[in-house]
Amino acid sequence: MANALDPHAAIVATAGGLDEGGTLRTADGQPLARALARSSRRARRRAFLLVLPLLLFILITFVVPIGQMLQRSVKNDGFSANMPQLSAWFHENPRGTEPDEAAWAALAADLSAAAQSRTIGVVGTRVNYDMPGTRSLFTSAGRKARGGIEPPYREAVLEMDAKWGDPKLWSVMREASSPYTSNFYLASVDRTRDDQGNIVSAPAQQQIYVKLFLRTFWLSLIITCTTFLLGFPVAHLLATLPTRKSNLLMILVLLPFWTSLLVRTTAWIVLLQQQGVVNDILVWLGVIGNDGRLQMIFNRTGTIIAMTHILLPFMILPLYSVMRTINPSYVRAARSLGATSWTAFRRIYFPQTLPGLGAGALLVFILAVGYYITPALVGGASGQLISNMIAMHMTQTLNWSMAAALAALLLGGVLILYWVYDRLVGIDNLKLG
Amino acid sequence: MKTTLILTSALCSLGLAAHAQNKEVNVVSWGGAYEKSQVEAYNKPFAEQTGIKVNMLAADNPATPLKAQVEAGNITGDVFDIEVSDAIRLCDEGALLQIDPAILPAAADGTPATDDFIPGALQECAVANIFWGTVIAFDSTKFPEDGKPSTAADFFDTAKFPGKRGLPKNPKRTLYLALIADGVAPDQIYEVLSTPEGVDRAFAKLDTIKQDVVWWEAGAQPVQLLADGEVVMATGYNGRFFDAMVGEGKPFEIIWDGQYMDMDMFAIPKGSPNPEAALEYLKFATAPEQLANQAKYIAYGPARKSSAALVGLFQDGKTEMAPHMPTSEEHMKTAIMDDPEFWADHSAELAERFNGWLSKN
Repeated sequence: MANALDPHAAIVATAGGLDEGGTLRTADGQPLARALARSSRRARRRAFLLVLPLLLFILITFVVPIGQMLQRSVKNDGFSANMPQLSAWFHENPRGTEPDEAAWAALAADLSAAAQSRTIGVVGTRVNYDMPGTRSLFTSAGRKARGGIEPPYREAVLEMDAKWGDPKLWSVMREASSPYTSNFYLASVDRTRDDQGNIVSAPAQQQIYVKLFLRTFWLSLIITCTTFLLGFPVAHLLATLPTRKSNLLMILVLLPFWTSLLVRTTAWIVLLQQQGVVNDILVWLGVIGNDGRLQMIFNRTGTIIAMTHILLPFMILPLYSVMRTINPSYVRAARSLGATSWTAFRRIYFPQTLPGLGAGALLVFILAVGYYITPALVGGASGQLISNMIAMHMTQTLNWSMAAALAALLLGGVLILYWVYDRLVGIDNLKLG
Repeated sequence: MKTTLILTSALCSLGLAAHAQNKEVNVVSWGGAYEKSQVEAYNKPFAEQTGIKVNMLAADNPATPLKAQVEAGNITGDVFDIEVSDAIRLCDEGALLQIDPAILPAAADGTPATDDFIPGALQECAVANIFWGTVIAFDSTKFPEDGKPSTAADFFDTAKFPGKRGLPKNPKRTLYLALIADGVAPDQIYEVLSTPEGVDRAFAKLDTIKQDVVWWEAGAQPVQLLADGEVVMATGYNGRFFDAMVGEGKPFEIIWDGQYMDMDMFAIPKGSPNPEAALEYLKFATAPEQLANQAKYIAYGPARKSSAALVGLFQDGKTEMAPHMPTSEEHMKTAIMDDPEFWADHSAELAERFNGWLSKN
């Protein structure tokens, strides 16, 4: 290492010195490698401590809740925790075993225990998710079983309600006897299990989620395109106008951005409804007759119009910030070399706006996919998105596992898109400002 | 020895008194005009009489925060104003305190609470305070004097009564109306709905006006839709329509045919921070006078029979409230009572079917 021919070693030798062993040392005699490691460790620790609050914040407000949501989408121990004996019987006996007297005894014992501890509702609710109409079977059986059930158990339980003999019910109970289940994900993609536990398509009338997922992504794509078509010229104008004028224009972009979402949505209702401002003007101008008023809201059109307006600033602002930094002399150089203005735009200007476009498109698309309040108010029947179904399961049916499964699929869809975007454009090319 | 005893007991009672003064109760309700009526009719006199402070909190549907708080094991609300189906469901799941009807105050003539409440108003874990109706209202300026709609069937007759209709975007408050309009008797609704053919029949009837429906989600919307002229007829909550008609002088009329009756109930979650104060509040609020007094502020019917006679004038001092009550004898003739057991069993399934039906064009 200590080679006179190595100029680097020579410099180090004069600055810090080498010991007999040939180890590099600092001025105070510490081995250089260790001193370096220590100082860089200190710097790393300081950096870590500085980001620690943010890290904790992200952990507490994002990672933990999302983790809990993911867990809830597969875990529902409403049945297994409150029907221990029957669950045990299911684990001991493989699928296809006819329920014997031991199984009926376990069912009877669990029913009366669950009724006494007032958990029978949880059990019934869990089974009802997979087999609608059975919740009351459990609660009414629980009411009757509170005092205990006399053997022979099979006859006693069947006497309460003949529905207990339904093989479908036993198949569903077997499914529910494990705390972890994929059924909520199956339901989210319009699948269900038949009596034998095979995965089959849900009945035609019950198939809605796949369609709604596709609609959500399709509408979000349309909204991303319309914000781009409307936002690009505005961002260009903002970036090229003299500062005084562009500041004024900028306020026009920011003012709606700062206005409450609900106010903007209801404003669109006032404008677009059949007795609204736009229709009134069209009738007044004689473009349409009074009976031919256009239906522009409470449908898909309304959702697209209102959401385009609401998400427009998220497209304009990143585009603008990137366009500001583009040197106009490139375009001028292209023109002076004989390019037409279209060629100059297409080959010189537009490619330089791509980082801003990527950021804007990703922002608008991801926001649109999760949008809830605007489609709920102006979407009518055909403009609803998957977020409205998640809200329904959260607040109306109180089936949070189902809401979690739908939300997890939505999250997965967005992550896949993000990955595709990274592959196609490169996430490094993303520029927000 | 004796003095110590006296001193300690005196201190103890002082402590108790101080404790009582610091008591409070957190009530979670629905907000809006309804919450205002509860503040006026229950909270103010309760605070005056007992010295217990009432904190009113609003939620879109109080059953949602109730379930969330129970699941998280961190309960902050004491009394929740929830719908019957949620009360029964949460009670079966062991989330609510059981309420012995014997502790509820009797009517003025001594009738015990168990006989004084309208059937269904006393549940194992909850006590009803109001009955409210989902009713059809129409804009009377849109129809000639001699050709006004008057039945649920007229709601579906767009040939005779042209114009858009406003309906809530959920199966619970639409399917029954379709069946009534299709000729099913009010007391047969759930029998029909529990068969697949009955559900098909309801959806087939809804199909006939699907193209003419504006769907609403929040209770304020049907009133707005009618006022804007966006629809000529809508179903909505009778209290909201009453407010628009009497409070704001809108030219609306209510069709008291096929009204859907729901109850709102008070329930106390297990593990609430102030259970005694909560029970005090529940007893006070569901006494006959308080329930009757609430009708002064909103057109929802009291859940006790003895309250009906006490119902007086609206807060404007001239409108007689009794004929506007969904619980009046006249209106109850064709009313459909909500069946919470049916909805606890079928709400998820029918909601999915309904949304699937909606998304088809």
